[in-house]
Amino acid sequence: MTAPLRLRALFLSLLILVLCLGAWQIAVSGSGATADMDPDYAKLMGQTATTGKSAMPSPLDVGKTIWGHLRDPFYVRGSNDKGIGIQLAYSLGRVTLGYLIAVLVAIPVGFLIGMSPLMGRALDPFIQLLKPVSPLAWMPLALYTIKDSGISSIFVIFICSVWPMLINTAFGVASVRKEWLNVARTLEVGPVRRAFTVILPAAAPTILTGMRISIGIAWLVIVAAEMLVGGTGIGYFVWNEWNNLSITNVITSILVIGVVGMILDQLLAQAQRAVTFPE
Amino acid sequence: MTDRFISVEGISKRYPAPGGRSTTIFEDLWLRVGQGEFVCVIGHSGCGKTTVLNILAGLDQPSDGAILVDGREIRGTSLDRAVIFQGHALLPWKTVLGNVAYAVSSRWRSAGRQEIEARAMRAIAKVGLAGAEHKRPSELSGGMKQRVGIARALAIEPKILLMDEPFSALDALTRGTLQEEARRICRETGQTVYMITHDVDEAIYLADKIVLMTNGPNAKIAEIVENPLPADRRQGDIHHDPNFYAVRNHLIDFLVSRSVTFRDAPPAGWDPRHPPVVRLGSAAAPAAEPASRAA
Repeated sequence: MTAPLRLRALFLSLLILVLCLGAWQIAVSGSGATADMDPDYAKLMGQTATTGKSAMPSPLDVGKTIWGHLRDPFYVRGSNDKGIGIQLAYSLGRVTLGYLIAVLVAIPVGFLIGMSPLMGRALDPFIQLLKPVSPLAWMPLALYTIKDSGISSIFVIFICSVWPMLINTAFGVASVRKEWLNVARTLEVGPVRRAFTVILPAAAPTILTGMRISIGIAWLVIVAAEMLVGGTGIGYFVWNEWNNLSITNVITSILVIGVVGMILDQLLAQAQRAVTFPE
Repeated sequence: MTDRFISVEGISKRYPAPGGRSTTIFEDLWLRVGQGEFVCVIGHSGCGKTTVLNILAGLDQPSDGAILVDGREIRGTSLDRAVIFQGHALLPWKTVLGNVAYAVSSRWRSAGRQEIEARAMRAIAKVGLAGAEHKRPSELSGGMKQRVGIARALAIEPKILLMDEPFSALDALTRGTLQEEARRICRETGQTVYMITHDVDEAIYLADKIVLMTNGPNAKIAEIVENPLPADRRQGDIHHDPNFYAVRNHLIDFLVSRSVTFRDAPPAGWDPRHPPVVRLGSAAAPAAEPASRAA
């Protein structure tokens, strides 16, 4: 086996996928008639009792559902029946908005903390106290003060994604190498130009790491937030399908949430690579 | 004025120590450097040579005393005093051209892009890096990085060049080449240079005057050795010069033993305001030599 590592890994991944799907298919398929019973009674009992079929959908069922969603992702048939594309768009819109506001707050405040030891020490207790609070704990307070469930979930996204960015920015800015700052000082570079030409590029990889952690957390939290507030979004969709007892759709949503989360992470990873400099 | 272009006037540096006391790194240093002079400072680690350089650069302040440059007291950093850092201190996200152009655009703030690039390219060519201007520091060898550091310092046309052991991290061959080029460039432009080194041979090759500092704490400027070697010396030949070993032995003797004894018991008549100027070898005035070598 001299194929490149990448190909071998791909082959192994596919093998694992096929094995899992196969095991899943076998586990949920029926075991044949389980008991002789009156046909009318059998109808009442459903396939689970009569043929041993599992209540869990098979991979084929899920595949069909995914195909159905992909063919028509943006349909609207009433307020409780919208296409998965529309639900995703709602969630992505909230995440984007909450996340961008967090960027606008976290990076300047992080700069302030990183550049001023005084502000760093003064703000530290607040950060330490608020950072470990589950973002969903803010939800009641947000609902009470904002009185809008959509904006409340945007606020929750903001509050959960602000901390990693804030802490990483402050750390990145504070640990810019002294010699680079001395270069700027000996060249009589002013504070604003110094911030943009030395500190920002030097701290950018650390800041982007924080941003990448944040987008991951935001995407985790939006599902829970939408389950809580309902109405629209992928989180609401999952909960709605659970109430409909459509396990097929629940599994579909899990896959979709995973794929979107992966794409968001990769986008930030690419941005991170773009600002990383070799030493 | 020109013989005291840089005038170090009684500077000291103290740091607070535990127990409300303070540690004195150096005390009452006086030194004059003329315009166009190449001065090397030799002393053991901890004698405060780098602190003096940082004060000269404006990156640090003395606890007492002041340094005058061209008759004016140093207050903060200045584009007239360029620093070549020990660890090159290039900005790794910028190319060679970007690093040098950053300094140029800091010096000539209203200059257009073309003028900035032209000036930067001239400085890069001067250190022999033409063709490598679009490389990033990570793609360069240690010697090339330090050349970029030199180009960046020269590009702003400073009145004084401050070098903090610029060649100490390089291998011997690269160091030799760079020393030669540094000497050529500084002689061509009549650059005033204050350089720190641990390397006695480097000091003898490069310097017009060698400043000897005693060990710290409480370091002093013990004496100033005038270099008796001819001005048009060549690096491969200096050890054949009849005066070479006189200087070298004097410097090494100082570093080995006198750097401690001098601090603890300065010879009678030693005045910190006027550290003795030592002339060695056949060219020296005969009276000066025996007295100063009697350690």
